[in-house]
This record gives sequence, C-alpha cells and structure tokens, in this order.
Amino acid sequence: MTTDTTTKDTAPATAPGETVLDARGVTMRFGGLTAVRSVDLTVGSGEIVGLIGPNGAGKTTFFNCLTGLYIPTEGEVRYKGTVLPAKSFKVTAAGIARTFQNIRLFGNMTVLENVLVGRHTRTKEGLWSALVRGPGFHRAEAASRTRAMELLEFIGLADKAEHLSRNLPYGEQRKLEIARALASEPGLLLLDEPTAGMNPQETRATEELVFAIRDMGIAVLVIEHDMRFIFNLCDRVAVLVQGEKLVEGDSQTVQQDERVIAAYLGEPFEGAPGTEEAAEVAAAEAGATGAAETGSAGPAGSAGKENDR
Amino acid sequence: MTTQTSLADTPDSPPAAAEPPRRGLVPLPAATARALATGGAALTVVSAFLAWTWTSAFPGDLTVYGYPGGLQWQVLIAGVLTLLFALASYGVKGTRWLAPAGADAALKLAALAGFATAWYTLIAITVKLGGLANLEPGGYVTGVATLAALLGALALPFERPATDPADPEDTGWDQFKHNAGNRWSVFKAAFTTGPVNASRALPSYVEILIITAVLALGLGVFTYGIGTEYDELFIGFMIIAGLGFAALNKAGLISRASEITGRHQNITIAGAFIAAALFPFTQTNDQFATIGVYILIFATVALGLNIVVGLAGLLDLGYVAFLGVGAYAAALVSGSPTSPLGVHFPFWAAILVGAGASLVFGVLIGAPTLRLRGDYLAIVTLGFGEIFRITVNNTDGTSGPDITNGSNGIASIPNLNILGFDLGAEHAVAGITIGRFANYFFLMLLITAVVVLVFRRSGDSRIGRAWVAIREDETAALAMGINGFRVKLIAFALGASLAGLAGTVQAHVTYTVTPEQYLFAWPVPPNSAFLLAAVVLGGMGTMSGPLVGAALLYLIPNKLQFLGDYQLFAFGIALILLMRFRPEGLIPNRRRQLEFHETAEAPTVLSKTGA
Repeated sequence: MTTDTTTKDTAPATAPGETVLDARGVTMRFGGLTAVRSVDLTVGSGEIVGLIGPNGAGKTTFFNCLTGLYIPTEGEVRYKGTVLPAKSFKVTAAGIARTFQNIRLFGNMTVLENVLVGRHTRTKEGLWSALVRGPGFHRAEAASRTRAMELLEFIGLADKAEHLSRNLPYGEQRKLEIARALASEPGLLLLDEPTAGMNPQETRATEELVFAIRDMGIAVLVIEHDMRFIFNLCDRVAVLVQGEKLVEGDSQTVQQDERVIAAYLGEPFEGAPGTEEAAEVAAAEAGATGAAETGSAGPAGSAGKENDR
Repeated sequence: MTTQTSLADTPDSPPAAAEPPRRGLVPLPAATARALATGGAALTVVSAFLAWTWTSAFPGDLTVYGYPGGLQWQVLIAGVLTLLFALASYGVKGTRWLAPAGADAALKLAALAGFATAWYTLIAITVKLGGLANLEPGGYVTGVATLAALLGALALPFERPATDPADPEDTGWDQFKHNAGNRWSVFKAAFTTGPVNASRALPSYVEILIITAVLALGLGVFTYGIGTEYDELFIGFMIIAGLGFAALNKAGLISRASEITGRHQNITIAGAFIAAALFPFTQTNDQFATIGVYILIFATVALGLNIVVGLAGLLDLGYVAFLGVGAYAAALVSGSPTSPLGVHFPFWAAILVGAGASLVFGVLIGAPTLRLRGDYLAIVTLGFGEIFRITVNNTDGTSGPDITNGSNGIASIPNLNILGFDLGAEHAVAGITIGRFANYFFLMLLITAVVVLVFRRSGDSRIGRAWVAIREDETAALAMGINGFRVKLIAFALGASLAGLAGTVQAHVTYTVTPEQYLFAWPVPPNSAFLLAAVVLGGMGTMSGPLVGAALLYLIPNKLQFLGDYQLFAFGIALILLMRFRPEGLIPNRRRQLEFHETAEAPTVLSKTGA
C-alpha cells in the first residue's frame, strides 16, 4: 500500500539493535468504521519513534491496540519477539508501559503511592504476605519505596512525595504519569501527547526527560502534535492519516513529504499557484467576517464555492 | 462565526469594604458580651445544684438542693465546658491549651449546648407534669443563666464576611434568596474558627497519657449514652454530645487529639480495645452488654464491608447475605436439635466452616459479577442478597431440600464452649459478675480485633494500593499491570469471609437464625442498607469510621423507640442532614475530606494512608 521509506542511517550513536516492538498489519475496526488500517511499525531498542497525524487519525487507537486495551481486529503485535497477550495488565507485565492523553493519575492517592502502584507488576506480595507481614514483606515494601523515591528524584518530585497527586500542577502531573509508567520497569514506553497543554519551557524539560529515559535503555514511542518537539526528539517519525500509515522516516523526510503537508494543510488544487490561493483564502476570510457582521455575502461566497470545486 | 468574542460583562465588584465591622450576632459591646457569657456560664454551673421541680415524678429526681441528678448533670457539664472556654477566651493562664484554634466559636457552641439542654429539660418538665407551676425557682435560674450565657456568647464579635447586596432588579423571591444566603454566610462565619496553632512537642509519655485520657473519656461518654435509662436523658445526651463535640472540634482539640493519636496509632488501637474490653465491667447487669455485643457484630461486619466499598470501590448492596451464610453454616454444625445435619463441631472448626462457607459464596458470586462496573454490580449484589433469603426460606423440606427449616430457621443453638469455658454461664471476675452476653462481647471483641488487623494490614500494602487504584481509575490501574478482576475478587472474597466470621458468633448470640434476620432493609441493624449507611456515615475507607458509624446507627434507633412509627422517619432526616453537611462521614478519610471540601481547611499533605 503506502510506501515505507524506512531510513536506518539517521539513527543516533546508539544503533538500534534488536527490535523491541514489532507491529504487523494492525487493523482495528469498530463496526463499519476502520479506525486503524493495516499499520506496520517497528521500534528498535534505544530508539525514540514519533507518531504524528491529524486529529482523528487513529493514533491513540493504535496505542490502545499496542497496550491491550483494544484487541486488534487483524494483525499482531510482538514485543521482543513474543506476541503480546490481549489483556492490558499482561502487556504491562511483559514490559510495555504507557501514559494517557488525558492524565489518568490516581487523584486521591499520594504522589509516592501512585508510583508504588506502578511497581505492581514487579512485586509479588499478595494478601497473605500483607496479613502475616513476614520479613520478606517488609524487605519488598522497603525496596519498592526506595525505587519509587529514586524515580521521583529522577523526575524532580521527590519533595512532593506525600502530596495528593490531584493537587499537583498540570505539568508535574504529566511528569508523575511518566514516573508511574517507568516504575513498572518497561522496555518500551508509550507516551500519548506528553506535552499537551505545556508551555515552551515545560516542553523543553519534557524533551530532556525523554532523552534521559532513552539513555536508560528504554525505547520510546511518542504521539505528539508539537512538531518542533517531535522533530527535535525522534530518530524516526511515522505519519498516520485516516488510520493508514502514510510515510515513515527521519524528520527531514517526513517534513518534506508533500502528502504529509497535504494531510495537515489540505490538498493544493492542481495548477493553482500558492500565492493566489492564499490571497483567495484571505479574501474569503475577510468576506466571511464581513458577512457575519453586515449580512452581505457578496463575492466572497462565490469564491468559497470555487474553492470547493 | 467570528472570532471576536466580546468579554462577558463582568459586574464591577464593589470596592472592597475597608474593614468589615467586627460585630456579634447580638448587638452588645464586646467586653459586656464576654462578661455576660462568663457570668451566665458560672451561674449555670451553680444552678445545676438547685432544685428544678418539686416532685420526683419527673425522672431523674431534680428536686434535691446540692446534688444534681439526671439532666442536671448534663447541664452542669455544659456549664463547666462553657465556663472553661470563656476563661480561655479571656486568656486566663492554664486554660489556653483548651482552645488552640481560638475559643470564641467553641464558647458559642458550648453555650448553645447548655441552653438547648437546659431549656429542653424545662420544657419537658412543663409538658410532662402539666404547667409552669411545676418549676421551682432553681429551674428559672437555670433558664435565665443559660440564656444569658448564650446571648453573651452570640454577641461576641467575629469577622463578618463581605457580602454583595441583592440586585434591586431581581424579583422579590430572588432577592429574598440572595439575602437569606447572605445571612446564612454571616451566621456560618460566626462559628468559624482560626487555624490550629502549632503544638509544643510533648514527651511521648505525656502524649500516651493524653491518649489514655481521651479513650477513658470516650468510654465514659459511650457507657453513659448506652445506659441512659429514660428518653429525656437520652435526648439531652444527644444534644450535649453533639454540640459539645462540635465545640471541642471548633476549639481545635479534636484535631489536636487526632494529631497525637496519629503519631501513636498502634497504642491508640490497643488502648481502644482495652477500653472496649473494660465496658462490661462498668455494667451491673447483662442488659447493656447485649447492646454492646450487637453493636460489635454490626460494626465488625461494617468494617468488612468497608474493604469492599471503601477501599476497592465495589458497591455491594447484598452484603448481609454473607453474614447470613456464615451464621447458617455455623448453626448447621452447632449441634442444634433443629439442624438437619446433627453434628456438633468445636468452636474453632465452626468458625472455619462459617468463614469458609462465606468465602466460597463470595467467590461464587464475585466471579461472574465482578466483571460489571458501578451500578450494574450494585444491582446484581442486591439481587443476590434477596436470592439468599428466598433460598433459605424455601429449603424447608417442602419447597426444596430440607436444609434450613425455612422460615422457622435453626433454633435453640447451644452456647459455645471454648476450652471448657462455657460462654452461656455467668462467671465472676474480680468480684464482678460477667454474664452470658458479656462473654460473647469478649469473644466478639476478639473477632473485631482480627478484622481490624486484616483491614489495616491489607489496606497498607501492595494489594491495598491496588484496590484504591482500581477505585480511582480502573483503566489506568489495568494499564499499570493490575489484574483488576483478580484484585477485585480478592477484596470481595475477603470481605465475605470476614462477614462470615462475625456470622458464626452471631448465630450463637441470638440462639436462632432465621431468614428474616438478613434483609436488605429493616428497622433493626444489621441489614445491607444499615451496613452501607454505617460505612458512609462513619467515613469510607477509614478504620474507625464504620465502627463509630455502626455504634451510632445501632444505638440511636434503639434509644429512639419512643418515637414509634416516626422512628425511621426521624432517623432518615438525620441521615440526610448529615450527608448534606458532612458528606465525607463522621471520621473522614483525609482523602475524602480533600475531595468534598476543595479549598476549605483541608490539609494538602497526607502523612499516612487513610486515617
């Protein structure tokens, strides 16, 4: 179908060795609607891969397919060579952690408790051990707390460990969600719009954070709308449009790809020079505001119709 | 349309009033007001020693000069409390520790407590004996004294909130609503209190002594309340206990005490159990130990339900069925002549059978239903509760197999005999006779201790955090690797087996188990609706909340029987009011308090999970 322009030569010093994530022909249908159509994507170890696309392109649906929240209608997802189970908690246990587009912290738990919940898959203490409280329980609990505090120090929230997570400012909630995901010791971290609603400074800080996570040896797959963030960060970028992968490659390739521009800005109609179109759009906009204010549609309306044709 | 969205006309906020006048609700100079309140309180104390009526026809014998009786004791206590707060408000040395958050609001509430109790008594005397002629001069003195104290206290100046005047263009009704809202906020401001000022660090032994004193006070108040012999005394007790608690709360003593008990949690819990174990020794007959053991059964089951509802967030409306399963299982193996099994297990085996049967039922019910979320689960559990009752009703040998004797239930269950100790017989300990119900009270206290231990330890662990995570956001919890179904099933089964544990004792205490003991709703607890009410009223997710809630929910209807048909009505109104004004429950989990009162007076930092 779509051309797959995978360019490996742009990879950074840490060459991608083994494939961490290998999604093949992932298709997700909801009734008659195909949200994701036959998408292939691989993420190598030590790689940061970006996934971009206009709103409604199916990025989050694809993420949900990867993490077992949805079971793909067709295709399979392999993590380090093994096919992922279809339950989201098993996916996390296997080594894929994620954050959510709209923050989903456990609001009424403290910051530390949130991270401790992230440790769930890496600890074994069940009900009996909690009731009996043998030395093993105390050891495991202390180890979990130490590890959680390390993570909080890593993201810079150690001094707020006892705060309720719902009381944190927005940017710190985003960071905490990343720390909670990291607590499950993943091999692959999926970030769903980690900088949504952030100011430029916070976005810069998040960039640093993602690089630091990559340096810990964790592969990262990130959805984002902030193009500067994506092209600074990612070794490879895949573009998803209407559920299909349009193009994949390094930031240069993607930025210059006409189809990507078209997907975001709309098709320039054939033969029309860019300047003329821009002028027309400007006229149409002026006309539209004029129409709204004075009630006279005039030539702007016909220009708009011409555009449609 | 256009992008020009004109800014909504923001009404010009009135220029901030320079300094809202500090006036009281009653127009009196501040110094006069304080003196009046203090004098009134002192006179109240004195008047409690006077005779209020001439005949002992009014219960409690209020006819004796020099010795208070019945309701006079309550007025005396309110008077002393008011006096102490009044002195603290003057800053008298040695009383300042009484009001770490400021004495004025506490003084107002204490004066109100004295006024309400005294005037209730006077009105009750007048009505009961027929006419004002039955009041002795002492009664009038009390009435005047408490009124003076209340007026003085209400005249104390306070910080008035800035209020907007009503919009003159509004309709009359809207203006009325607005003005009423203003008046209400001013009225509320009269009872607001400052932040609790920082406490001096006390040596631990002093703190432990304080905990002991608090627990002794709690035991005293509870014993007094449970032992109130006539309706007037209980109503007076409710007035003074409620308003007195509010006064202590406003003074900052409650938060000070919870700070100290929070530092010594284990000692506090152990002390609370010792205090509870001392309860039968304060009683001269078995009557109140009966109430005590029923409260304990109710409270223990409520605490078990709190694991399911409060921690894991699974709304279970049929929880009493698990109590029933445990009770029936224990009854069947108790050696009762009406049990078709005809076996007599020792206690340890019976308790295992009871808890085990409930556990099995919990898993059987939970496995198919826990895949449902929220409302659906509530409906299914409600259905299960009814299925249990109807099944037990029908397995009587005619409609089904003969297992439970149908509506007759399993009767004459023999008393327990643990290691040769007959719980049915009276024993004398240190010269005090410990009757049958007191024996069961001690046994039930052990079970309660087990449930408390299970609640605390499971709540503060990996599995407890998983429960709370599931309650907070199930999708996110799954994405964190929590096996939601498994974790919920553990909570459900654990809650069920704890209820079964209590059921085994309940079967022996009540002699008989019948299906009608395990309904969804019934005026007498325990039933599913009351259990849920105890959890919500006491405070979801806390350990002491359901215990306190259950005690109140058992005691109040029990003591309000004189209301007859209106008992449940009054009770329902009380519950609605409580949920309106304190939705987080009597003993709030600090999390819940933050949830319901976004900004007000809630701590931003949690030091320990739960409360």
